[in-house]
Amino acid sequence: MLALERRLKQPRWLSFAVPIAAIAFSFALMALVLVATGHSPGTTYRRIWESAFTANGALTQTIVSATPLAFTGLAAAVAFRMNLFNIGGEGQLYFGSIFAAYAGIFLGRQGWPTATVIGAMVLAGMAGGTVLALVPGVLRAVFSTNEIITSLMLNYAAGYLLNYLIFDSHSYIRDATSPSAAVFPQGQMLPDSGSWPAWNLHLTSGGLFLPLGFVLAIAAAAVLWVLYNRTRFGFEVQVIGDSTRAARYAGMRTRRKILAVMAISGAVAGLGGASQDGDFRHLVDARGLQQSYYGYTGIVVAALARYNPFAVVLVAVLIGGLDNAGYTLQGADFPSGLVGVMKGIILFSALGAEVLIRYRVRFGRPHAEPAA
Amino acid sequence: MESAVATAAPQRAAVALRGITKRFPGVLANDHVDFEAAEGEVHALLGENGAGKSTLSNILTGLYRPDEGEILLYGEPREFHSPREAIDAGIGMVHQHFRLVEPFTVAENVVLGEHGSDASFLVHPRVIERRVAEIGARYGLDIDPRAKIWQLSVGEQQRVEILKALYREAKILILDEPTAVLTPQEADALFVTLRAMALEGRTVIFISHKLHEVKAVADRVTVLRGGRSVATVPTADATPHSLAALMVGRDVEINRRVEDGRSPGERVLSVSNLSAAGDRGALAVKDVSLDVRAGEVLAVAGVAGNGQRELAEAITGMRSVTRGEVRVLGEPLHTGDPRAAIRAGIAHVPEDRLGTAVAPSLSIASNVVLKSYRTSLASRGPLLLLEKIREGAASLIHLYDVKAPGPATPARQLSGGNLQKVVLGREFAGEPKVLIAASPTRGLDVGAIESVHAYLREAAARGLAILLISEDLDEILALADRIAVMYEGQIVGEVDAGTATVEEIGLLMAGHAE
Repeated sequence: MLALERRLKQPRWLSFAVPIAAIAFSFALMALVLVATGHSPGTTYRRIWESAFTANGALTQTIVSATPLAFTGLAAAVAFRMNLFNIGGEGQLYFGSIFAAYAGIFLGRQGWPTATVIGAMVLAGMAGGTVLALVPGVLRAVFSTNEIITSLMLNYAAGYLLNYLIFDSHSYIRDATSPSAAVFPQGQMLPDSGSWPAWNLHLTSGGLFLPLGFVLAIAAAAVLWVLYNRTRFGFEVQVIGDSTRAARYAGMRTRRKILAVMAISGAVAGLGGASQDGDFRHLVDARGLQQSYYGYTGIVVAALARYNPFAVVLVAVLIGGLDNAGYTLQGADFPSGLVGVMKGIILFSALGAEVLIRYRVRFGRPHAEPAA
Repeated sequence: MESAVATAAPQRAAVALRGITKRFPGVLANDHVDFEAAEGEVHALLGENGAGKSTLSNILTGLYRPDEGEILLYGEPREFHSPREAIDAGIGMVHQHFRLVEPFTVAENVVLGEHGSDASFLVHPRVIERRVAEIGARYGLDIDPRAKIWQLSVGEQQRVEILKALYREAKILILDEPTAVLTPQEADALFVTLRAMALEGRTVIFISHKLHEVKAVADRVTVLRGGRSVATVPTADATPHSLAALMVGRDVEINRRVEDGRSPGERVLSVSNLSAAGDRGALAVKDVSLDVRAGEVLAVAGVAGNGQRELAEAITGMRSVTRGEVRVLGEPLHTGDPRAAIRAGIAHVPEDRLGTAVAPSLSIASNVVLKSYRTSLASRGPLLLLEKIREGAASLIHLYDVKAPGPATPARQLSGGNLQKVVLGREFAGEPKVLIAASPTRGLDVGAIESVHAYLREAAARGLAILLISEDLDEILALADRIAVMYEGQIVGEVDAGTATVEEIGLLMAGHAE
């Protein structure tokens, strides 16, 4: 017989040890799958490690994959901390990408200097995400509508808007001139002044490039950490997240906080969309964005990071590395499905192990215990 | 059913618990408890909160399994793997919080979950209703089997719970603090029912921490303290004082508020013609007017659910007001806004400690500044002064003798008494002019009740105006200067605490105004 007992105390080391043990466990489990499918676990794991982190340019590529996940992860974590389930990071990221593209293309064509164009793109991206996030925010604050449903549904609306702007209309951000665009519709390329910088840290042989977006993600994590742990605003969010009744009792303005937190969450996701335009894709990539599921993966990232902003960035890098390794591994001898299985096992173990932080497992029949 | 006809034969033990031990992480809830209740007996189980009464009854009803020890029913060792098995063995339980489905009728609730020997797929409402009415008539549990639960008063709902147990032919009935929700008159009626059941040879186990009730209804009493059974005595040989001493392990004072000859000061809280809607939309507070002066304790007595909670919430801004006004020191209060009430100097000790008074997962320190985080005590501009907050919490813990590892301990880990000290400390720290205290000692043990009462008396002596809302007459008599009685949303009478009798107040609580 197996019983779960609530832990009276949750030792601090557990919140580190449990995720690590979960990952170790998932690698062991995956080894069985690999052996069963005729692959050598040792070789496979070495290749994963290399292609995610140590190979030439691998870490740079991992950071490219991690950047959007860091943003959507932070967006989810910010809202979830207050028990506000903003599932709309996906759509808010699309909106960020659209708004940033408008700003970048318009100001770039006006001949504004690079720094201002980039600054405008950052602000526009944040505004885009905020606009979309405020829809479920206002509905929740005023009508107590379930924000999970509304923010999720708006993801589809945002996706359709993205398709409409790039495929079904002659919008300002659609490429109408280049020859390839005549065959396949695509977004308008951003002018050079709208291209975000990346810095080479010369840490690895192939160079380690830090894109501006990743730097902004780390900065956002720091700002959010201070906001949530050191300010009155963060205190109110903590109280509201724990007990709305206690918050009302203490005279807190819950509605305003819902709006503010949704706005912040949307802004962070929107910034992720702007970074997609400025750092990596240099156009509104309607299909690419929709096939990446950054918003949904961000929710998993936030959960794995237990809503801690810095941990979100770290987990985003790990998941980004795994994504990367997946691209490298899959081939004739290694079906892409196996990569998916692997990611699934890791996520399942990590999320499933959460319960061990709060509960302890007792084996044996309860009354068969020796007297204390 | 092997002995469906219980005879009034010589008293043999219906229930015997031997050496029952139950451990929870960090707590030894029952420590080798021995307990025996005879057929045809009303047996009280007396103890403070945390003495292990609930654990013991949960073991007897199959909800928990003991780590050690055995259960004997009519001499036979039994082991329950689920509540179902305990019910089948003839054990019925009336919980403090009723397990009833509100939109269903009495009869439907009675047969809910029932699938006995004659269980068929179809339900025969008329048959069930007739049986329910029969049982009700036999035990003086007067109730309409076709009434819906939500239409019934709390006392009537309790009768449904008892009917449920009787319908399932419970030979052993356990009642967990059944009088907590009743008027003194309703409680007396309940005692008559319990005696009738005992006379038929059933066993009634009556869990309580009220001494006079135990004296009134039980044949014998077993006292639990700290998870152990300390004594079993015939009630005829016990006095309230001897029982209290057994329960607490020392002598306790049971007395009224010491008259200290103070004359109440200026009028601090003034409520006039206040009306407020309840959760269901109907008016719960109807045209209530009252005044509380500095240094005075005005108690609002009443059976739960007569609008007292709503009154407290309306005054403290937690509930919007439909009519009337609240003034603090003559200044009209912007109602429906807790922040305005806090600013006006209204402190509030809400009835629901863990759900309203504190954010349970947050630290003691966070909860100490729950209301003052906007002031210079806890923040400068938008930034929190964490060190100052921690120190403030540490000094509150010291000042109020809160048993806690430290300011970082989550509030939910505190016992009820310690949590209430944190709440009181916080509310007093805001230098309030008036305190609204709703059931401030509900669920606390005798020691904690004493200290909460001491803090309230001290605060009144310092000149605080206190509006005490309580269902516990002992508490009201111990603290109040004046007593207003609330019934169905209205103040139906006011009596002087110095001269009022329990009977007088009880009649008002039941709606019998002169």
